[in-house]
Amino acid sequence: MTAPRGRGTGTPWDGGRGHPGTAVEGGHAPVVGDSTAGPLVRPYTMTKGRTRPGTDGGRLDLITLVVTVADREDRAREPEHEAILRLCRKPVSVAEVSARLDVPLTVVRVLLSDLLVEGDLRTRAAAPVTKLPEKKVLQAVLDGIRRL
Amino acid sequence: MASADSDTQPTEAIPHAVKIIVAGGFGAGKTTLVSSVSEIAPLSTEELMTEASYGVDDLGGIEDKTTTTVALDFGRITISDDIVLYLFGTPGQDRFWFMWEELAEGALGSVILADTRRLDTCFHAVDFFERRNLPFVVAVNRFEGATAYSEEEVREALDVSASVPVVMADARERMSSKEVLVELVSHVLRSRQAALSG
Ligand SMILES: Nc1nc2c(ncn2[C@@H]2O[C@H](COP(=O)(O)OP(=O)(O)OP(=O)(O)O)[C@@H](O)[C@H]2O)c(=O)[nH]1
Ligand SMILES: [Mg+2]
Repeated sequence: MTAPRGRGTGTPWDGGRGHPGTAVEGGHAPVVGDSTAGPLVRPYTMTKGRTRPGTDGGRLDLITLVVTVADREDRAREPEHEAILRLCRKPVSVAEVSARLDVPLTVVRVLLSDLLVEGDLRTRAAAPVTKLPEKKVLQAVLDGIRRL
Repeated sequence: MASADSDTQPTEAIPHAVKIIVAGGFGAGKTTLVSSVSEIAPLSTEELMTEASYGVDDLGGIEDKTTTTVALDFGRITISDDIVLYLFGTPGQDRFWFMWEELAEGALGSVILADTRRLDTCFHAVDFFERRNLPFVVAVNRFEGATAYSEEEVREALDVSASVPVVMADARERMSSKEVLVELVSHVLRSRQAALSG
């Protein structure tokens, strides 16, 4: 076996859809349909017909941390909402809420958004537009990894 | 009293979250690397999506939809009271490439695991991160029975820029995985520096 001679110029993702993919070994499920199968898009129906989180949905990235508001209003809530509030007594990422409650991300975003709108949860203030972590954050991450 | 202006609300108690993407071909050791450094047993989250088939003509639109799920596994490293680092493995299947967009969004950088038994399976990961200007390092996992390529041979095969670190690793070893992450974050810092002074 020889090392491949380079990546070439055409990449599978140039077209953005319907790319041929890389031949992989192993027992993966075949692509549904055939080579004409289109791109994957988000579902339109979920959680009482909603897939779009409310106004705060845009802030719910995979790693957005959410935390339960301590002095929240005392009222009846859906069991899923209660489960989230119990889990998030300490800050927890959106991905982790999804994994721990075994609820798909799409659904978790809607539920979290409900709670944010109600003021039961809060998130960190939205990141600046640059999105790139600051140098001092990077340095702290590097130091933290070195301590592992 | 709660203020409508979120900028003035105290948010000190919520740490800053950052993420690193662990990419590579099927079976390259992504989950293994995440597990070896994570402080929690790796978690798996599912994203639901609809697989749409498009008609041939413009008027066809979306004709058929099948719901499918894509699993992402991830781990966590608490850096300080203030910062928490998440490590996300990319989905093994190529057809979930669009999930990569979401993963890459705001990521600090990426580790691309190169499996020397089938180096070509990481080509598209290299292309993906190069195109987005997301800093990455290549970690060469040496599996039993695989040809022992040198760092230079791997670098040449992948055709990555000389500034991209290529390191030998064993994802099963915590210290080795840690070194890979140190390489990556150092590289991210250097890239940031170069961008600022360049
Ligand atoms: N020799 C060797 N084996 C490894 C190394 N890293 C992972 N493995 C083994 O390779 C196998 C696949 O590793 P995984 O971590 O599941 O790979 P993956 O990239 O997550 O696989 P998918 O998610 O299915 O694409 C496991 O049996 C690991 O124990 C390594 O650095 N050296
Ligand atoms: Mg895996």
